[in-house]
Amino acid sequence: MKGNEVIAEAAIRCGCDGYFGYPITPQSEVMETLMLRKPWEETGMVVLQAESEVAAINMVYGAAACGKKVMTSSSSPGISLKQEGITYLAGAELPCLVVDVVRGGPGLGTIQPAQSDYFQATKGGGHGDYHLIVLAPASVQEMNDFVDLGFELAFKYRNPAMILSDGVIGQMMEKVELSPYKPRWTDEEIEKISGSWALRGKKNRKRNIVTSLELDSYGQEKFNLKLQAKYREIEAKEVRYEEIACEDADYVLVAYGSSARICQKTVKLAREQGIKLGLFRPITLYPFPTEAITKLAGRVKGMLSVEMSAGQMVYDVRLAVNGKVKVEHYGRLGGVIHAPEEVLEGFKSAFGL
Amino acid sequence: MTEEIIIAGFGGQGVLSMGKILAYSGIMQDQEVSWMPSYGPEMRGGTANVTVIISDERISSPVLHKFDTAIILNQQSLDKFEEGVKPGGTLLYDPNGITRPPMRKDINIYRIEGARLAAENGNPKIFNMIIMGGFLKVKPIVKVENVEKGLQKSLPERHHKLIPMNIDAIRIGMANVETENRL
Repeated sequence: MKGNEVIAEAAIRCGCDGYFGYPITPQSEVMETLMLRKPWEETGMVVLQAESEVAAINMVYGAAACGKKVMTSSSSPGISLKQEGITYLAGAELPCLVVDVVRGGPGLGTIQPAQSDYFQATKGGGHGDYHLIVLAPASVQEMNDFVDLGFELAFKYRNPAMILSDGVIGQMMEKVELSPYKPRWTDEEIEKISGSWALRGKKNRKRNIVTSLELDSYGQEKFNLKLQAKYREIEAKEVRYEEIACEDADYVLVAYGSSARICQKTVKLAREQGIKLGLFRPITLYPFPTEAITKLAGRVKGMLSVEMSAGQMVYDVRLAVNGKVKVEHYGRLGGVIHAPEEVLEGFKSAFGL
Repeated sequence: MTEEIIIAGFGGQGVLSMGKILAYSGIMQDQEVSWMPSYGPEMRGGTANVTVIISDERISSPVLHKFDTAIILNQQSLDKFEEGVKPGGTLLYDPNGITRPPMRKDINIYRIEGARLAAENGNPKIFNMIIMGGFLKVKPIVKVENVEKGLQKSLPERHHKLIPMNIDAIRIGMANVETENRL
C-alpha cells in the first residue's frame, strides 16, 4: 500500500471519529482512500471535504473540543494555512492529529518531496510559546503505527500531535502490517477520558470552557508556565530514536523520515569503502533526542545532518553536540531527492575524506 | 539477493502498473519490496518512471541513482537512465521510437519489440506484460506463478478474467527477447 493510503486505513482502524481535509498533492490519496472506504457506513467515522484548509482545521478544533478523536492532513502550503487553527488548538490544549506530507517550498513551491518544514513543525509554526508532538515516519509501516501513537500522545498530553512525512513516504508502496480494529470511543468512554474538560453538555457538573483566550496577563503567564511544565514532561518521557551501526562509528549521519532511509544505503556504501559510518534517526522531532546525540558526540569525530532542506534540523544537532565535534549539513533543495551516493560524496567533502 | 530496478517510459504505457505487479509478485514469494513512483503533473504522453526494489533483506533507500536493471520504453528515458545502470548490470529496451540506441559496452543489453508484438497480437494493452516477460526471461527474479498470484492480489475481482491474457503476454515476451550485448 501507499503511505498515504495507509494513513487513511490506520485512521479508520484506530477508531478515529472524524477526518476534515482539503486536497493537495502529494497527500490527496489520504482523503481519496477515506472516501472510497466509506468508514461512515462501517464505524460511523465522519469524512468531510471542507471548503478550505482554514475551515478544515477549525472543524478539527470544534470536534476536538467535544473530546472526539479527530484529524486532518495536508501538505506544506496547506499546513501554512492551518497554522492559526493549530496554535489555537495548542492554546486550548486540545488533542488532535495533523498529518503533513511535506513538499518543496517556499510559497506554492513544487509538488515533489522535501523536508524544509522542520522549523515550522518543531518550533511552532503559529504564534505563541507552544510545541506540537512531532513524529517522523521513515516507512509505510510507521505511517500506520504513528496514527495510533499520535492520537495516544495527543490525548495523554492534551496537545496536538503531528506526523511529519514527505512526498517519498506518502507516495511509495511497501509491505505493511495494518493495526487491528479498535472500536470508536463510546459516550461513556469519552466522558471518562475527556469529561473534565470536553464540551459535552454540562448535565449536573460544573461547566467546561474551551478557550485559548485569557485577558489577564498574569493568568496567561500562569497558563504558559503550565504549558511549559507539560512540554518538559514530554521532553523527559516521550523521546524516540533509532541508532543504526553507531556502536563502532567514527562518523554519524543524523537524518529523519525519507532521508533516514536514503542514509541507510549511504552507511552501507561507506562501510564497503572501509569508512565507519553510522546513522542516528530521530523518530520524535519534538521532543528532540538531544541527550542521545550529546552522548554520541563524545564517541565520534563528526556528524552530518542530512535533510532535504537548506539545513534546519542541523541547528538542533549542533545545540545537542554543543561544539564537541564538527557538525555539518548536506541536502538537496526544492523537491530534489538526494541519492545515497550523493550523500556519501557530501559527507566525504564535509569532513575532507 | 537485492534487485534494484528502474522502469521508465511514457505515461499510459503501463510503467507504474508493471512496477506494481512486479512488487506484488515479490511479496508473493515472501520478499521485501518497495515501489517509488515519479509523481507529478504528467499524464498520458508525459514521462513516467518507477523504482522497484525486491530484496531478501530490509530495504534501505527507496530512491536510487544506480540500478541493477533499467527497463526503458522511450528515448527520453534511455537518455536519462542508461548511465545509471551499474557496470555489469542489465538494460532492457523496446526499440520502438528509439533513434539513439544504447551505447554502453560494460552492461548487458537486451531488446524486446514490445509495441510491435502487442500490436501483432491485437491488443496494445498487453504491452507492459510483454516487456515484463522479456525482463523475467533475462532476470528470473520472480516466478511466473507468483506474478499470477500478484495479479490476483493487485487487480480487483472483476478484472480477474483478464489474468490468463496477461500471463500469455508474459510468455510472448519471454520468447521474444533478443540479446544485443552480453558480458
